[in-house]
Amino acid sequence: MSIATAQPQAERQRRSAVLRKRARARRAGGSVLFHLFSLAVLIVILYPAVWMLMSSFKPSNEIIGSVSLAPTGGGFQNYATALEGIGGISFWTFVVNSLILAVGSVVGILLSCSFAAYAFARVRFRGRNLFFVCMIATMLLPFHVVIIPQYIVFNNLGMINTYWPLLLGKFLATESFFVFLMIQFIRGLPRELDEAAVIDGAGHPRIFFSIILPLMKPALVTSSIFAFIWSWNDFFGPLLYLKEPGMYTMPLALRLYVDQTSTSDYGAQMAMAILALLPVLLFFFAFQRQLVGGVATQGLKG
Amino acid sequence: MAGTTIARDPVRARARRRRDRSTRAGYAFLSPWLIGFFGLTAGPMIASLYLSFTDYNLFTPPVFTGLENYQRLLTDSNFLQAAKVTALYVVFGTPIKLAAALAIAMLLHNSRRGQGFYRSAYYLPSLIGGSVSIAIVWKAMFIDEGIVAQVGEVFGGAPAADGGWVGDPGRTLPMLVLLTVWQFGAPMVIFLAGLKQVPTEMYEAAEVDGAGPVRRFWSVTVPLLSPVLFFNLLLETIHAFQIFNSAFIISNGSGGPAQSTLFYTLYLYFRGFRDFQMGYASAMAWVLVIVVGLVSLLLFRSSKSWVHYSGDDK
Repeated sequence: MSIATAQPQAERQRRSAVLRKRARARRAGGSVLFHLFSLAVLIVILYPAVWMLMSSFKPSNEIIGSVSLAPTGGGFQNYATALEGIGGISFWTFVVNSLILAVGSVVGILLSCSFAAYAFARVRFRGRNLFFVCMIATMLLPFHVVIIPQYIVFNNLGMINTYWPLLLGKFLATESFFVFLMIQFIRGLPRELDEAAVIDGAGHPRIFFSIILPLMKPALVTSSIFAFIWSWNDFFGPLLYLKEPGMYTMPLALRLYVDQTSTSDYGAQMAMAILALLPVLLFFFAFQRQLVGGVATQGLKG
Repeated sequence: MAGTTIARDPVRARARRRRDRSTRAGYAFLSPWLIGFFGLTAGPMIASLYLSFTDYNLFTPPVFTGLENYQRLLTDSNFLQAAKVTALYVVFGTPIKLAAALAIAMLLHNSRRGQGFYRSAYYLPSLIGGSVSIAIVWKAMFIDEGIVAQVGEVFGGAPAADGGWVGDPGRTLPMLVLLTVWQFGAPMVIFLAGLKQVPTEMYEAAEVDGAGPVRRFWSVTVPLLSPVLFFNLLLETIHAFQIFNSAFIISNGSGGPAQSTLFYTLYLYFRGFRDFQMGYASAMAWVLVIVVGLVSLLLFRSSKSWVHYSGDDK
């Protein structure tokens, strides 16, 4: 080892130590700045949500034209108005309709997507790679190209104004996001588990139901939360297929409500908007880690 | 067919039986997906391709008209307007949203404390932003005398036309771009996950070699993050082409004012499900698929020159 190469190395080490010390000092001062900036972003981000919440407690004539957030009386009047329902249909009818669809979606997606994910992740068979490419491609496909023929078929089968068109796809694993999320999860499970089961003489159904499925619980939880929220918020599907107000889901009811009250009763509109979002917000506060984690894994390997 | 070779070679026969069993199991597990794929995706795609060459109103049988629907699209001023508005939305909304997502992800990444809290809080708009509720709130905020017009005037902005931003054809698009930028949280979370994979030694090495923060960003962060950047760009672009809910609610289902929110899918919905011109709407859907496909292809092609996949990537 010659002195000529050792010297720059010592110099580098010295510079690196100095830099690290400087970075530590910077971090102490930077931390305050960081939180100030992050809080500023937070305020901008959450302003619309807070504004909506506060407006829902204000009399309508105070909402528009008011920058201030603090409600000045009014209390729960808007909520009482919103809970009265629309055109003789109870508010709770819409809640129940939305719940039926959301729970149905969760069940369908958990069943069909876990089956498909197991096939893609653990079973070797001819055509698997081709179908995998198809599955990924459907994730990128604008769904508008399939809705017209689907509508025509469901119309011919007399299924307009029923929940069949909205649920069938969920039981047939058409939502590739969930299949993909579960594949990623299964691939992370140690293969030795399956191999041990094979030696014990277990076939694929046994391996799936008694080994993989129980271990998939975190992925199933994440999928359920997303499936529920997306179904709850879905507007386009119900807009196409549900014609009778008695069948309406919350988003459709909300839209009907806004149409009916025109521009006058903003307070009640805000109250209804909050009520429509409430389950989503509850899910968010209860499962934020799973939700954020689910989004993060989605991008890790495309 | 399976029985002919079994007797000759027992070892190979056993392997084949195992393969057969595996194939059967694979197709059994995949059967719901297969039915869904052929029945609800591939089949309808072919059907809508056929319908796009016909005149069909749902009540009388389709009449084959060749390329007429596609020719009419080229001279349909509403269609051209829809294409223009959507293109503007994609071109402005997506880059701004991704830039915000990356900038804030970098900020959060550098500080461990409080990261989890801010990450969740910033993600919330992505979860609720597409809902009817938020569209209604957005509308109320941007309406005449609404909060935005008020604040704008305080800062010396010109008073908006009648109806606030909602009533001003020149401002509805920025308003919807703001709504999508507000939902920067989802790509931000993906960026953060990507940033975690970047080894800190890389930054230290660059810093020791005298690279400033700007240089470190372009020479370390961007190349190492490029796969994630590409993923976000592709997904957000495709997503932006399909904007519907917010435009539908904010314009009261009209695409107004002055067709300024007549987005592509909105016009497709009008033609297909209001006017029941299923053939014409199918042609529109296929044009969308082709455009989205071309844009994706372009992104994939360009990615070869700017996306770097590290060798040891699992």
